[in-house]
Amino acid sequence: MSENKHILRVENLKKNFGSNMVLKDVSFTMDKGETKVIIGPSGTGKSTLLTCINQLVKPDSGTIYLKDLNVTQAEDMNKIRARIGFVFQDFGLFSHLTAMRNVMIGPIKVQKMSKEDAKNLAYEELKRVGLLEHADKYPAQLSGGQKQRVGIARALAMQPELILFDEPTSALDPELIGEVLAVMKDLADNRMTMLIVTHEMGFARTVSDEIIFMEAGVIVEQGSPEKLFKNPEHKRTGEFLFKLTELYGEGDE
Amino acid sequence: MPLLLKGTWVTIEITFLTLALGMLIAVPVSFGQVYGPKWGKVLIGIYEKIFRSIPGIVILFLIYYGLPKAGINMSPFLACIIGLGLRSGAYQSQIFRGAIQSIDSTQMRASRSLGMSKMQGFRNVIFPQAFRVALPPWANEFTIVLKDSSFAYALGVTELLRQGRYIISTTYEPMLIFLTIAAIYFVITITLNKSLQALETKLTIPGFDIREKIK
Repeated sequence: MSENKHILRVENLKKNFGSNMVLKDVSFTMDKGETKVIIGPSGTGKSTLLTCINQLVKPDSGTIYLKDLNVTQAEDMNKIRARIGFVFQDFGLFSHLTAMRNVMIGPIKVQKMSKEDAKNLAYEELKRVGLLEHADKYPAQLSGGQKQRVGIARALAMQPELILFDEPTSALDPELIGEVLAVMKDLADNRMTMLIVTHEMGFARTVSDEIIFMEAGVIVEQGSPEKLFKNPEHKRTGEFLFKLTELYGEGDE
Repeated sequence: MPLLLKGTWVTIEITFLTLALGMLIAVPVSFGQVYGPKWGKVLIGIYEKIFRSIPGIVILFLIYYGLPKAGINMSPFLACIIGLGLRSGAYQSQIFRGAIQSIDSTQMRASRSLGMSKMQGFRNVIFPQAFRVALPPWANEFTIVLKDSSFAYALGVTELLRQGRYIISTTYEPMLIFLTIAAIYFVITITLNKSLQALETKLTIPGFDIREKIK
């Protein structure tokens, strides 16, 4: 099996913030169409790992490949970021633009798409996340769940090869979480490649192909949800999953 | 009166050219101060501190009387625009810097995550929002520059104040003429503040009202 088959390959990634070692030697791969969920206690470097992948944060050492391309040594990082979608915990919608224009701006400014094409594309993506009727609203006029769905549509409009989700539902009221997870499940069903940091155990269990359990800057264990929930190799994995499930419930989708 | 209007026109010219030059300087300077490399920040800091700590009139004298010693000669009008423009640029850069820094940092991160360069993120996302935040303090800077334009008097530019002095020297009506001049400054200030307020209202982002009233 050729190594280049993977859409994403992270090797020996390390990152310190001052004396605080956030990532200690993290390696994993993702294949096209896979959904992987990263779980773990807070402060274990899950978000840092995501931001290192699209180089919003520069890792200290290690390599990241997007297909054949070495991201860590890329000359034009902007080109690579355009191929990797990112969904933020606090949405990061552009406050001065309508939902429609939020989705259009990437294709127009980065891919130099014509306004008309971008509008058609944004129309399709907003339809996909079920927000067509809110296309002309500004972020401040939308609920948290709607904002996050615009955030997902904005990432989708760039036709990314991979989307990174950084705790996409953590800033949401409980009753709004479902609509966002539903959109993400739909994406997973359509074989979008997604790497998701979340505490939503129900989602992790039913939607992901693989769960990565991280603690203190290392991957403790990774495997199918079935294996991690029923038969984890490490005692710590079982304890953490038990605690989260207790907190957030089984979350049968 | 026609003479006063002629002076008023010169005053308005000075004000607008000064503000324009100031803004031309301030926008890239504020960008550099927030997003630039360290050496850029240091250079900008020096510029901004020098021009904010020297009195306007001293800057004008330095440029008009000092620079010719270095072989640089210019008309009083131009010296005035450059001197006041450099000074206003320093003040405006601080207005814009504050406004830029008030914009949530996720906005830039989100721009970059879409593949925009720092510059694109600034132009398309940060600046349009920062501009709205900067408008009220900018309107204030506008009124200050309008009144500082009377420093041009000292270089012999026939703006509103000097034009008034000429009239007084023939009519001997200082009270009347100075009051008229004061009234003209007043009217320009009010008119422009009103229009800037209208612009502010027009640019308000729906649902996003940072001036929400606390009862």
